[in-house]
Amino acid sequence: MTARLQAATVLGELERRGVTHIVWLPDSETGFMYEAMTQSRIALVPVCREGESMPVAAGLIMGGKRPVVLIQSTGFFESGDSIRGLCLDLKLPLLLMLGYRGHVGPGQTPADSAARFLEPILKAWGIPYHLVDSDESCHYISEAYQQAVETSHPAAVLMGREYNE
Amino acid sequence: MSDAMDGLEALKVLSRARTDEIVVLSESCRQDWPPLSTRPELDIAITGSMGKASSFGLGVALGRPDVRVWVLDTDGALLMNLGSLVTIARAKPANLLHVVYDNDAYDTTGGQPTPGSRMADFRALARDAGYPASYRFDDVAALERELPSLLAGPRPALAVLKVASRGRRANMGMKRMYESFVQIKAYLATDNG
Repeated sequence: MTARLQAATVLGELERRGVTHIVWLPDSETGFMYEAMTQSRIALVPVCREGESMPVAAGLIMGGKRPVVLIQSTGFFESGDSIRGLCLDLKLPLLLMLGYRGHVGPGQTPADSAARFLEPILKAWGIPYHLVDSDESCHYISEAYQQAVETSHPAAVLMGREYNE
Repeated sequence: MSDAMDGLEALKVLSRARTDEIVVLSESCRQDWPPLSTRPELDIAITGSMGKASSFGLGVALGRPDVRVWVLDTDGALLMNLGSLVTIARAKPANLLHVVYDNDAYDTTGGQPTPGSRMADFRALARDAGYPASYRFDDVAALERELPSLLAGPRPALAVLKVASRGRRANMGMKRMYESFVQIKAYLATDNG
């Protein structure tokens, strides 16, 4: 049996990678992390709309910091031109942590269209991704972060915690 | 005929006061600022993200609290990213000056009026979003007179420059965003600030 995804495990992966800021807007899949994030040494930067998260992260990176973005897949959809114009055109070494709304696990029909479209859209943007839905799969957070840094290209992890509940 | 001030004259006032600030440019400012800039190597134009200069400037300000950051935003761009006023006010960057070059129009597409033309009050929006200081300037003399106290005042601050629309115009030598990004990143990494 897999261990349910824990906030401390997620934050531990980010701290090990030297992440300095989490730019975020809460969602159903990652909202459980809020209390732990406020206790973390990683600075939390809340935004009003997901499309703000990429430019804030880009500015942080230009200033020498190591941010990640934590938003829901729906907000990722809404952020299209920030992804194109900033994440991709600026070759940002940025980890996008995306709440995988509607994810129901392998072989099952997604609960809504957000889950159907997420992976095809990531493929269309050329953004590599991994599923993180348990503590056992949290190592993908570090791996994806490192991949983003080494390739100067965004990478994503899809946070599918609701599947475990 | 517009009674708003000449935007180029307003930007000249800012340029004369600029020292080593990182300047983040949006839309019409991307066209008008470069010939006036005294430190073009510290200027970056945020293009292709639907009005996100203010958010980018916030990121730089948070990443380098020891460096002063000016965002030269525009009314059309800020309308696309209005929530950033609240985001910035919440983050309280003590080194961020947010200027809005407000010409009531989308000059980059030919001067069509914005939905907020002659209606949206960015000074009031910033104040009510939580900026500790906000200003509006309708003439160059007032801007010149009050700029020293504005620059010494609390942050984040927002200053609206009510300027005349100049219509569509050419890019006047602004570097590509990626080139500026790499250059300023390297500059900041070597101490500066």
